[in-house]
Amino acid sequence: MAEEPGLAHEAATEATEADDGKGIGPVKSVEMGEGIDEALASEGKSLFEGKCSACHQLSDQKVVGPGLAGVTERRKPEWVMNMIINPEEMTKKDPAAKKLLAEHLTQMTNQNVNEKDARSILEYLRQNDQAI
Amino acid sequence: MEKLITKFKKAAPKAALLMAVAAGAALQGCSKMGGDNAGATATALSSDAAAAVYVAPGKHDELYSFLSGGFNGQVSVYGLPSGRLLKIIPVFTQHGENGYGYSEESKAMLQTSHGFVPWDDLHHPKLSRSDGMTDGRWLFVNGNNTPRVARIDLTTFETVEIMEIPNSAGNHCSPYPTNNNEYVIAGTRFSVPLDMKGGTSDIALDKYSEEFKGSISFIKIDQEKGDMELDFQILVPGFDYDLANGGKGPSEDWVYFTTYNTEKAGTLKEVGASQNDKDFLAAINWKLAAKYAKEGKAREMPANYYHNKMDKDTHMAKSTVKKKVRYLLPEECPGMMYLLPAPKSPHGIDVDPTGEHMVVSGKLASSIPVFSFSKMQDAIKNKAFDGEKNGIPVLKYESVLAAEVKEPGLGPLHTEFDGKGNAYTSMFVSSEVVKWKLSDFTVVDRIPVYYSVGHLMIPGGDTKKPLGKYLVAMNKITKDRYLPTGPELAHSAQLIDISGEKMKLLLDFPTVAEPHYAQAIVADKIAPNSVKFHKLEDNKHPHAVKKEADASVTREGKNTIRVKLTAIRSHMTPDNIEGVQLGDTVYFHVTNLEQDWDVPHGFAIMGANNAEALIMPGATQTLKWVPKKAGVYPFYCTDFCSALHQEMQGYIRVSPKGSNVPIIFSTGKKKTGPVASSK
Ligand code: HEC
Ligand SMILES: [Cu+2]
Repeated sequence: MAEEPGLAHEAATEATEADDGKGIGPVKSVEMGEGIDEALASEGKSLFEGKCSACHQLSDQKVVGPGLAGVTERRKPEWVMNMIINPEEMTKKDPAAKKLLAEHLTQMTNQNVNEKDARSILEYLRQNDQAI
Repeated sequence: MEKLITKFKKAAPKAALLMAVAAGAALQGCSKMGGDNAGATATALSSDAAAAVYVAPGKHDELYSFLSGGFNGQVSVYGLPSGRLLKIIPVFTQHGENGYGYSEESKAMLQTSHGFVPWDDLHHPKLSRSDGMTDGRWLFVNGNNTPRVARIDLTTFETVEIMEIPNSAGNHCSPYPTNNNEYVIAGTRFSVPLDMKGGTSDIALDKYSEEFKGSISFIKIDQEKGDMELDFQILVPGFDYDLANGGKGPSEDWVYFTTYNTEKAGTLKEVGASQNDKDFLAAINWKLAAKYAKEGKAREMPANYYHNKMDKDTHMAKSTVKKKVRYLLPEECPGMMYLLPAPKSPHGIDVDPTGEHMVVSGKLASSIPVFSFSKMQDAIKNKAFDGEKNGIPVLKYESVLAAEVKEPGLGPLHTEFDGKGNAYTSMFVSSEVVKWKLSDFTVVDRIPVYYSVGHLMIPGGDTKKPLGKYLVAMNKITKDRYLPTGPELAHSAQLIDISGEKMKLLLDFPTVAEPHYAQAIVADKIAPNSVKFHKLEDNKHPHAVKKEADASVTREGKNTIRVKLTAIRSHMTPDNIEGVQLGDTVYFHVTNLEQDWDVPHGFAIMGANNAEALIMPGATQTLKWVPKKAGVYPFYCTDFCSALHQEMQGYIRVSPKGSNVPIIFSTGKKKTGPVASSK
C-alpha cells in the first residue's frame, strides 16, 4: 500500500497566498459564544472518542499526533476546523501544518468529519483548554 | 546439458506456424514449432504497437479485464491495453495474501457437502448483463471440480457468494447469464449415475450408457442484490456438456450447449467419445423451461448442497445447507429442448451479436458449422426431425445449417465477434486467430499467436454490443516467450488490435495460472462505483470495536480468549496482553479504525498455523491462534502503513495451564487530559 507522500510531493505545492493563520479549507470564519456551549461540547466529546482518540491525547502527550492540550490557544479556531476537515491539503500547503507533518511523520487521516461535527469537536477542545 | 530455451532458439526451423504444422505436432516437440521466433514477432508487430499500449504513469487503462485463473481457483484483473496486473481475486482458493479462506469470517465461503474444499479449477468468468450488454455489477464464475458457482461484487472486487451445484460433476458448462441476469445457467460436463436422493449411486461402471445422466441448473438471480437461488434443474441424457452461450435479440429465450461423448463412453473417452461423426448442440428454451417449472411440471428430489454468502455489514460468511431441488424431464416438456447435430466433439458455442448465428467450433472438425436461428425456428415448426434421443427431437443438420466456414485452420475452439460483421476463431492446433466474415463465411485474415491459443476474448464480444478494438488471445503454451523460469512457466496472453482490416499484434503479457476465458468492460462502468473503504458506523461485526476505549480481552467459558483489538497508524490497542494459558484458543478480532482509502493494516502472530490477516479500513477480521508453549509471543502489523509501521507491534504472554496470572491488557502509559482530570 501507499506510504505517505514524501517531501518530493510537497516541494511543488508551496503556499502562495499570505498566511492569515486560518489554514486551508472550507472554514473561513467561526462564530463563538462567550462561554462554552456544554451541549455542543458533549457532542464533540463522543465524536472525539470515536474518531480522534486513537491518535490524540487531551494532555500534552504525543501519541501518533500531538497532544491537543492548548491547541485552541495555539491556533485560530478556523485553522483547527480546517485541520480536522481537510488534513491532507493542510499538511501539504499550510506552513504550520507542514511543520507538524515533518515532526510527526504520519499523515493525519481524513476521518470524514463534516463542518457541523468539526464545530462540536472544536467546542470540546475549547472546553478542554479552559479546564487547564 | 543443453538448456531447453537455447535448443529451441537454435534448432527451430523457419517453417511458418500456420497451416504447415501438422495436427498434434505443435504439442509434442518444441523443435517443430515456433520458427524463427524473433522474426515472426517482428513481422507481426506494427511499428506503433508501443504507443497503442502505452498508458502513462499515473494514468488509467481504458478497460478492466477479468481473466480466469484455471487451476489456481482465482480471477486476475488486468488493465487493458497496458496488460498491468491490477488485482487477484480469490474465489475458490485460500489466499494467504489477505487471509481469504483462512480467517474465521471467510472460511464458510469454502464449505461444501464434501466438507471444506479450499481449491478448485475456475474456468469461465461472465459479467452480469442488462439488456444483453455487460453492466459492471457482478462477475459470475464456475468451480469445475467440486461443482460451484460464485458471484464477485464489482464494487469491492470480493467474492460474496458461492453456491454448490447438486447432481453435477465437472461444472464446466457454466456459468452463463441470460440477457438481464434472469438466470445464470450451469451444465455438467461429467455425467454421473444419480441416485435421485442427492448423491450418486454405487453401480458398475459398465452401466454408463443406461444409468448416467447430466443436469443443467437454472440459478435465479435477484435483480437488485444479485443473490443466487437454484430454481430448478433439467435432467438430460448422459452426454458431456461442454460449453454454453445464450441467444440475443430474436433468440434471447434460448440457450445452447455443446455436447460430446454422445456415444456415452465411460472409459478411454479420448477414443470412445470421438466415434460418432456428429455430436449435438443442445438448444433449450429457458423461458419455456422456467414457465414449465413455475406451472407445476417440476418434480422434487432430496438434495444436499451448500450455499455460502458473505454479509456486507458484518463481513462474515454464513453457510446454509439446502435439502431439496426441483427438476424437469425434457420428455415431459414439449418444445423445451432440441438437439442439433454438430461435427465431431464440438467445444465452443458462440452466438453473434444479432442472435441469428450460432457458431460451433468442433475441435476435431475441418470446418466450422454456423447454424441459423431462423432456420432452427422453421425446422421446429415443420418438424424437420431426424429421430430423437431420450425423447428429445433431433433436428436435421441441413435444415438448421446456415453455412460452414471452410478451411479455417486446425483445431477451432472459440469464437468472438467485433460487432462489425466479423467473427474471430481461435485455432489451437495451428496456433492462430482467424478472422472471417459473417456475411459470406469466408476467411479474410489470420494472425499467428504464441502458442496454441485456447480462448480468445473481445470486450463485450459475447454480447449484443462488442467493442471491436482489441482481442486478447489466451495461449496454452508459453515456451520461449519470456525469460525462462525453470520447468513451470506463466501462461501467455497476447493483445491484438482488431480495429482495422488486418489484425495487428500489440503486446504479450504473462498471466496467472491458466486463463480459460476472460471478460472485459470499459472502466467507466466499474471504476466510479469502486468502494474506497468501509464506513466504521456500518460495521456490524459482532466483535468489532469502534474506539480504542472499547478494546478488550476476555475469557469466555474455560478455554476461549477473545481479544478485541483496534489498529490505527501506528499502534494496536491493546499491545500488551497477559493472562492467556496453554490450552486456550485465542481469537484476535482486529478492527481497522482508519477511515481513509488504501490504509489497510495487517496482523500476524508468531506460530499461527493459518495465515495472516489483512484488514481493510473500517472492517473487522479474525485470526484464530492456539499457542503451544508458554512464553511471550510478538504480534505485529504486516502492511507497511506509515513511517512508524515498524513500531506497530505488541506482545502477548502465555502462561502454563492453571497459572494465576490475571488477564490484563494495555497500550502505553497515558496521561489523562485536563477535561478528564477536572471532573
Ligand atoms: C491516524 C492518526 C490521527 C487521527 C485518527 C487524527 N489525527 Fe489529528 N493529527 C495527527 C497527526 C500525525 C498530526 C500532526 C500533523 C500530521 O502529521 O499530519 C495531527 C494534527 C492535528 C491537529 C493539530 C495539532 C496542533 O498541535 O496544531 C489537530 C487540531 C488535530 N490533529 C485534530 C484531530 C481531530 C479532531 C481528529 C478526529 C476527528 C484527529 N485529529 C484525528 C494524527 C491523527
Ligand atoms: Cu500498520
